[in-house]
Amino acid sequence: MTPVSSETRKRRRPVIDAAIFFIVILLMVQMWLLTATLESYLAGHHEAAAPGMIVSLVLFAAVLGFYRFIVRVEARDRK
Amino acid sequence: MSSDSDPKQSLWTEEFSVQASEDKYVLRRQFAKFLVLTSFGMLAGNAWIWSKSLFRGRSAQLPERTVAAASEVPVGGVKLFNYPGPNDNCILVRVSANQYVAYSQKCTHLSCAVYYSRDHNRLECPCHEGYFSIDDGRVLQGPPPRPLPRIQLERRGDQLIATGILEEGQ
Repeated sequence: MTPVSSETRKRRRPVIDAAIFFIVILLMVQMWLLTATLESYLAGHHEAAAPGMIVSLVLFAAVLGFYRFIVRVEARDRK
Repeated sequence: MSSDSDPKQSLWTEEFSVQASEDKYVLRRQFAKFLVLTSFGMLAGNAWIWSKSLFRGRSAQLPERTVAAASEVPVGGVKLFNYPGPNDNCILVRVSANQYVAYSQKCTHLSCAVYYSRDHNRLECPCHEGYFSIDDGRVLQGPPPRPLPRIQLERRGDQLIATGILEEGQ
């Protein structure tokens, strides 16, 4: 097998950067969600806990999806 | 020389690059992995809050505890007590001859101990000048985001009994 040229890698690098950027954005939303849910729980609004967890789960799944995407792109580079 | 060409390459070569040009790729993957773990931490935090809220809904009633004898506290006077646990500091205030109120003594901002200001008839937090109404514990001024949790009191004869805690929204 021949290694992927550095030119191809350079072209794919922005794709990985973009995926990491989206992960960071999702993480910031998740961080805000955690503080908002905690604040609302401490204020006695316990009904916000379940939706908060479901949305957090969705965000985590999206982050995991982007991570798998990065690994896949990278694996393609290595072939 | 390429470490990728060997199908039986060692596991460590997946994480540590042999070629300098691969360094950025490995670092990015590791960074992404770290972000995923952080995201999982956030999810765990949300799950913890959810489980706490479930547990709280099913928890037993708070115990009843004698706080003080009614005659023991003069008008405008206070008495500190612990409720429901030994580390939960509370403050009892005799507002008038027949009116007693009790609140958690922990400021809802950063947990400093609040005290009763007789001159202004309010509870004050000395740390960041957060003021709470003596009538219902609502925030009058300052950074506290929530009212003080109110202790439910019941008078039985001369005894004042704490029977529960009223949080905001209850």
